[in-house]
Amino acid sequence: MRHLMNPLDFSVEELDTLFELAMDIEKNPEKYADRCAGKKIATCFYEASTRTRLSFEAAMINLGGSVIGFSDANSSSASKGESVSDTIRVISCFADICAMRHPKEGAAMVAASRSSIPVINAGDGGHQHPTQTLTDLLTIRSLKGRLNHFTIGLCGDLKFGRTVHSLINALSRYEDIHFIFISPEELRVPDYIIEMLKEKNIPYEEVIKLEDTIAQLDLLYMTRVQRERFFNEEDYVRLKDFYILDKKKMKAAKEDMLVLHPLPRVNEISVEVDDDPRAVYFKQVQYGMYVRMALILTLLELV
Amino acid sequence: MLNVGKIEEGFVLDHIEAGKSLSLYHHLQLDKLDCTVAIIKNARSNKMGKKDILKVECDINMLDLDILAFIDHNITVNVIKDGEIVDKKELILPREIKNVIHCKNPRCITSIEQELPHIFFLADEEKEIYRCKYCEEKYDSKK
Repeated sequence: MRHLMNPLDFSVEELDTLFELAMDIEKNPEKYADRCAGKKIATCFYEASTRTRLSFEAAMINLGGSVIGFSDANSSSASKGESVSDTIRVISCFADICAMRHPKEGAAMVAASRSSIPVINAGDGGHQHPTQTLTDLLTIRSLKGRLNHFTIGLCGDLKFGRTVHSLINALSRYEDIHFIFISPEELRVPDYIIEMLKEKNIPYEEVIKLEDTIAQLDLLYMTRVQRERFFNEEDYVRLKDFYILDKKKMKAAKEDMLVLHPLPRVNEISVEVDDDPRAVYFKQVQYGMYVRMALILTLLELV
Repeated sequence: MLNVGKIEEGFVLDHIEAGKSLSLYHHLQLDKLDCTVAIIKNARSNKMGKKDILKVECDINMLDLDILAFIDHNITVNVIKDGEIVDKKELILPREIKNVIHCKNPRCITSIEQELPHIFFLADEEKEIYRCKYCEEKYDSKK
């Protein structure tokens, strides 16, 4: 039995197989409509999340399965003081697979260690969010046809953004990737990531202005400055609108550059960019559902 | 010069960084053992200037050398039997340590689930970096 805790849990070859499956699901959804008949997913969400939870639930329903679960800690036994270890042992009696989001880092790993069903980490605090990384990779692979030979700009909160850290780690396994980190000084990518890139001889640059570098990019990954990661409201207010991608900046970008964003977006991408064919963040949501369908089938060994 | 007598069976832990012997005493849980322990602080050392030494008279299978290696792998471990040194053990950084140090990350699951063991793994042998198994936060002894 396998779990998914970290995007690097799967080898590059295993990811290729997963992405092929996701792309086949996109093309031939009817082929998979009953694959999970009689199976249940438990979505155990100890903190609010609309997109990820609904994406898992839609994925299971599209596969012919059903959904049980809770969407915040107050409606679970956690409010009575039950541990994650106990909760997963109970859930294992009801469901065939579990997607868990928890505000504490490592919670899904604790669940996996006590579980008799596959556990998917649907986000554990600021630590990992592997299915977002799988979504990002599938989006790039589907729309560009490859996962190598890119210059990718990551822009915004590169310090606290777990999706960014996971994506850098995942892309660093592919050939000829050039990273450009675009962030204010206070939100620079952490040292341990820089060390990892140096060790692997992967080229990177750190810049402050998006305008200076946008013309070079094949991919632009925008992120939101998240209020919940700041202890100081003043810092948040100062940094939240540091970057705003608008039509004017998009004019300088390549014609085939893709703009990705893990969503929710606040002000960092102006709504006027939404109609630009290069803006693929809503398509990304759809790919998220396909990759979760492929993941559920893979972990339940129903491929 | 202070003289401490020979031990018949046990360990002499030599070349402990001066001042560290008491914390080592607690980490090795020597306070819980019913055996003779000599703690020698600030002994003269050609190699280190000053050093601490711990002499422990006990069954030689009773000590957890993994903990010792984690605290300071430069410590010399002399194994004593019948009053003589029978072995010098080389300390190797343990791959994993359990319940020796605690994760101080307030966002870690161990901060709210008290019954979980605190497990750290060796993430970088060269730089001697340990990370929490759950949240991957780097262990910083100064925190």
